[in-house]
Amino acid sequence: MSATTQAPPEERASLGSIARGYLDKVRGGDVGSLPAVLGLIALVIVFSVLRPDTFTTELNFANLIGQSAAVMVLAMGLIFVLLLGEIDLSAGFTGGAAAAVLGVTLTNHDWPLVPALLAGILTGTLIGLFIGLLVARVGIPSFVVTLALFLALQGVMLWIIGEGGTIGLRSEFVLKLNNGSMPIWLGWLLTVLTVVGYAGTNLLKIRTRRAKGLSAEPMLLWAIKSGAFAILVVAFTAYLSRERSPNPALKSLKGVPNVVVIILALVVLLGYALSRTSWGKHVYATGGNAEAARRSGIAVPWVKISCFMTCSTIAALAGFLAASRTNSVSPNTGGSDTLLLAVGAAVIGGTSLFGGKGKITDAVIGGLVVAVIRNGIILLDQPSSVYYMVTGAVLLLAASVDAISRRRATASGRV
Amino acid sequence: MSVPAAEEAAPTTSGQPLLSLRGIQKSFGAVHVLRGVDLDVRPGHVTALVGDNGAGKSTLIKGIAGIHAFDEGEYHFEGKPVKVHGPRDANQLGIEVVYQDLALCDNLDVVDNMFLGRELGRSVRLDDNAMEQRARETLDGLSVRTLKSVRTHVSALSGGQRQTVAIARAVLWNSKVVILDEPTAALGVAQTEQVLLLVRRLADRGLGVVLISHNLNDVFEVADDIAVLYLGQLVAQVRKDDVTRGEVVELITTGSSEKRGTDTTNGVDR
Ligand SMILES: Nc1ncnc2c1ncn2[C@@H]1O[C@H](COP(=O)(O)OP(=O)(O)O)[C@@H](O)[C@H]1O
Ligand SMILES: [Mg+2]
Repeated sequence: MSATTQAPPEERASLGSIARGYLDKVRGGDVGSLPAVLGLIALVIVFSVLRPDTFTTELNFANLIGQSAAVMVLAMGLIFVLLLGEIDLSAGFTGGAAAAVLGVTLTNHDWPLVPALLAGILTGTLIGLFIGLLVARVGIPSFVVTLALFLALQGVMLWIIGEGGTIGLRSEFVLKLNNGSMPIWLGWLLTVLTVVGYAGTNLLKIRTRRAKGLSAEPMLLWAIKSGAFAILVVAFTAYLSRERSPNPALKSLKGVPNVVVIILALVVLLGYALSRTSWGKHVYATGGNAEAARRSGIAVPWVKISCFMTCSTIAALAGFLAASRTNSVSPNTGGSDTLLLAVGAAVIGGTSLFGGKGKITDAVIGGLVVAVIRNGIILLDQPSSVYYMVTGAVLLLAASVDAISRRRATASGRV
Repeated sequence: MSVPAAEEAAPTTSGQPLLSLRGIQKSFGAVHVLRGVDLDVRPGHVTALVGDNGAGKSTLIKGIAGIHAFDEGEYHFEGKPVKVHGPRDANQLGIEVVYQDLALCDNLDVVDNMFLGRELGRSVRLDDNAMEQRARETLDGLSVRTLKSVRTHVSALSGGQRQTVAIARAVLWNSKVVILDEPTAALGVAQTEQVLLLVRRLADRGLGVVLISHNLNDVFEVADDIAVLYLGQLVAQVRKDDVTRGEVVELITTGSSEKRGTDTTNGVDR
């Protein structure tokens, strides 16, 4: 690109020019969530063809959501540290420790629900503060700090729970977080709110920009996007509103899983924080070029500390969801492959390991990919060996896409 | 291409300097880097700061920008003595620096970069539209037409466009003095022209501009005044029209010029 090429100040946005702009972006290495979306579609087609009776069922679909929820939410938290170009290897056990605090206070000490939930969340926040201080103030690489905590937190969990023990969860609320489903009518109400919210915010944005004489996307594109979104969400709710119990006479199972509300709320809240607040801009700036951020007067250490705190706080929520799924807290809650799957989910979804690039929705798309792979391989009656190897390979593939698109971006960027 | 200086801003002896330094001393431990520097930056003028590697140019502007403090000397801004303890103080006075190693974030778009750290709107609800409008206006005001969209990520811009964004960012805040550290060092011929044109426009708008450059072609094309730093001393601040290229080279390399005698080697040519 040459600086002397004269271009019209603000090209009129037409559907064609927008499509061309998107293609240019993809060619320039900014692929975003595109590979993950395509991969997800491919996986669903393959498994549907191979196992039509078990994979493509209402029951399995609802299960898939429940299985992926904890990893998805953990991945949302990790995106904040990945955006800095840092890592939190202890996030899984941070969730486990938070769940252990929740379990002990609820079950062993009979605390009321709200203080117990707060104590668990605060546990996460404090762990994040500790990591953040060691990374941003003392200057230890986050890899080392969180590797140490990966070990130390397992000890903390054993100490809280007691060697070899398991704490059963009896709180109705906690159990329903990641097991129950909402009534059919509530699912539809949520659907309407989601569609209206999505289409409405976009419409409002277009109209304000038009009023201010700024370029805005054409109404036709808005209509196409809103329509597609509505179809997707309605299909989702309709499918989950059907009876899915293997034995409906005994126990009826239908409705959108409760955990969808939590995921939706986090996507909206965290997405807003990243895109519409100055803190969000500072997070991206710190991850993109920390020195530039510093010279712009941004308190870089504070941004880093706050990201680690955000990550660990959300990890606590993920820990609650994992515990809710198993109805109990054990020293292995948030352990085994949880963290790796969450990092994988974020990276597969399009978040860069090099920092500065990523969105909250990456966690949802990547989390679905990871869950579908696990779910599908189990339904294909493959041993865990195959599952681990396939998941590892997919993570490496996503990391390669990340590294290669980064190389392309640098190559196409500066001329 | 030669850029004509704006007529009303032609270098004259009239006009109080915006920024005025007297007797500036700066040492790093045993290394005495700046030895009594006097410098004047006048509104509407481009002052080129030239000197060999290690002469102290970057140290001088970092002191002006508040990145490190001078040991001794007077720092006047708009005629008043001021104390600059940090980059924020300098920004508050209206001094902006475009650093040699660009302080831009590749992963953010042009608007976000221009407002980085000084976003408009409430911090929990940024006014993106207002920022975009002002970014556009500022670029238009500088007659920058090479940027298709201000929502382009900086990673997709050419070197010249990046430099343009960095300069536009510096003038966004009603700045009065803009200091540019080797803005054309990494650019090709056409892009260098673009940036020099922009530098000239800043001065024509009444700003005081300090341009650090190694390239005497650039200096003679765009500057009104030339200040020569030699081993930490300002050996000359003269009007461009009063010197030849050979004399400037001599000043840079030896610290004095036989033809010009000693009268101008003492600071500003008044
Ligand atoms: N932070 C520092 N500590 C010690 N010496 C320094 C420091 N910064 C600059 N110097 C010295 O000051 C002298 C002038 O450097 P500088 O201002 O960068 O020169 P220029 O920009 O003109 O090339 C050099 O000898 C350099 O080694
Ligand atoms: Mg220098």
